[in-house]
Amino acid sequence: MRAFGRDIPIMFALVFWALAWEIVGRAELVFLVPPFTHVLAALAEMVQTGKFQDATLLTFESFALGMGLALLLGIPLGVLMGRVEAAEKLLGTWVNVFVSAPLTALVPVIMILFGLGQTTIVVTVMLFAVWIIVLDTQAGIKHVNPSLLEMARSFGASRLDLYARILLLAALPEILAGVRLGIIRAVKGVVIGQLLVSIIGYGELFELYSRNFLMEQFWALTILLFAFAMLAAELVGWAERKVEFYAGARG
Amino acid sequence: MKTSGTTDPVETATKPDGIVQARGISKTYDGGIQALEGIDLGFPKGELTTLLGPSGCGKTTLLKIIAGLLEPSAGTIIVNGRAVTGPGPERAFVFQDFALMPWASVLRNVAFGLELRGVPRHERHVIARSHIAKVGLAGFEERYPHELSGGMRQRVGLARALAVDAEVLLMDEPFSAVDEQTRRKFQEDLLHLIQSENKTFIFVTHSIEEAVYVSDQVVLLTPRPGAVSRVIRTGLDHGGSPEELRRNKRYLDMVEEIWQMLRGYLV
Ligand SMILES: Nc1ncnc2c1ncn2[C@@H]1O[C@H](COP(=O)(O)OP(=O)(O)OP(=O)(O)O)[C@@H](O)[C@H]1O
Ligand SMILES: [Mg+2]
Repeated sequence: MRAFGRDIPIMFALVFWALAWEIVGRAELVFLVPPFTHVLAALAEMVQTGKFQDATLLTFESFALGMGLALLLGIPLGVLMGRVEAAEKLLGTWVNVFVSAPLTALVPVIMILFGLGQTTIVVTVMLFAVWIIVLDTQAGIKHVNPSLLEMARSFGASRLDLYARILLLAALPEILAGVRLGIIRAVKGVVIGQLLVSIIGYGELFELYSRNFLMEQFWALTILLFAFAMLAAELVGWAERKVEFYAGARG
Repeated sequence: MKTSGTTDPVETATKPDGIVQARGISKTYDGGIQALEGIDLGFPKGELTTLLGPSGCGKTTLLKIIAGLLEPSAGTIIVNGRAVTGPGPERAFVFQDFALMPWASVLRNVAFGLELRGVPRHERHVIARSHIAKVGLAGFEERYPHELSGGMRQRVGLARALAVDAEVLLMDEPFSAVDEQTRRKFQEDLLHLIQSENKTFIFVTHSIEEAVYVSDQVVLLTPRPGAVSRVIRTGLDHGGSPEELRRNKRYLDMVEEIWQMLRGYLV
């Protein structure tokens, strides 16, 4: 970030906005905004409660399961659609619809199918993440340089070799891009799923805080969730940069 | 055959003999484009044969059929007396666009053919290193393709093909993506390779000079559908110095003669 021709460190910006928040809070302008320091105090207190820890566990578990399912289904489906034209024709339209559809609208249907429990949240996470993974995997597979495949075949590669040693590796940059976007969507999925189910996990906490106007706790939880989401995206971005060099070098 | 001085190219009948033989090869692609028609050719062992012809006449198609990467619509390829049904260890391909795996080091790329054949890691690395040195890339083993120039990348492709120790090397315009100086150096290196390796080379190029310079035998193909127009034995002494060869009258005459034959195909 730059201002007055100088670099402003990101920490400075954070401190600036925290201060602004504190001032607005202290001035008691808006009842929805308690002072930032109070929110921090609430945060410190909240993370020690059993309810919060259980909710966190449930969230991470649902996220991991849903994301795992999305990878397990999304990558093979993307590979299939990248390799078999019939599969692409059959499924392509649907995948494109789901990638941009407001999936939140489907969560009530999932609730009916899977009940008001963790399964619904796992399925929601999966549903949010899977489509972009399918789409990016397919794009990656389709753009694999055909002469790499011919090269491998000319040296005696089996079908399995072609997939394991050429196709998946050559498409890895796109697959990882899909996974990163998938993770960002999955974070939304895990939050939205819990908010709509609202009787377990963070959903239950949010429900509790907002119904009782516990704004300090409410903001503490929100900040924490935002931080989790950013951390998740950063981690994947870091992994992605590690393989980026050959995305550029493929020609 | 290695004589020079006479000006007439020695033309032989296109009788299929040699380590690689094409017998009645035709190829029609899905969609109805006929690329090749009734190719009968022999590729003598230990020699370099160049396929030369107008763009789109089916040179790449023929090379890929010989490699076993494409199936002919009619005819058979015989290698060492056996009909080809797919790729085999006695043939190796050098690709025009190098076909290097960008995620793998030079060492791993060169060893890839051996890796696919299940050669243990240590052994294949020893073999790969020696071929990397042979093509002049010693010290670049741990580099990645994007860190190399076009010429160096093609050397990696060549080392990979040499590493599997195939008897027949198939090269599709291997030098077309490198600059002129590098290309000349490559041509000279290729001649050394033919002298030292006793392998059979089948080579595709667009350059008449290059074809005559490196070949024992030049096959002229007609425009699509490609058929054998002429088979010319160059009869040049490739053992001498490059300067001598490039100024050799027979070499220059042959280039001119082939140009006269090919220009008839241009509109
Ligand atoms: N996969 C394919 N499907 C359909 N037609 C093809 C295919 N590959 C090549 N052809 C056609 O077959 C003909 C011969 O192609 P090929 O690539 O073998 O020619 P070439 O002699 O190598 O040409 P160039 O000198 O330009 O490399 C061309 O007309 C081309 O359009
Ligand atoms: Mg070609």
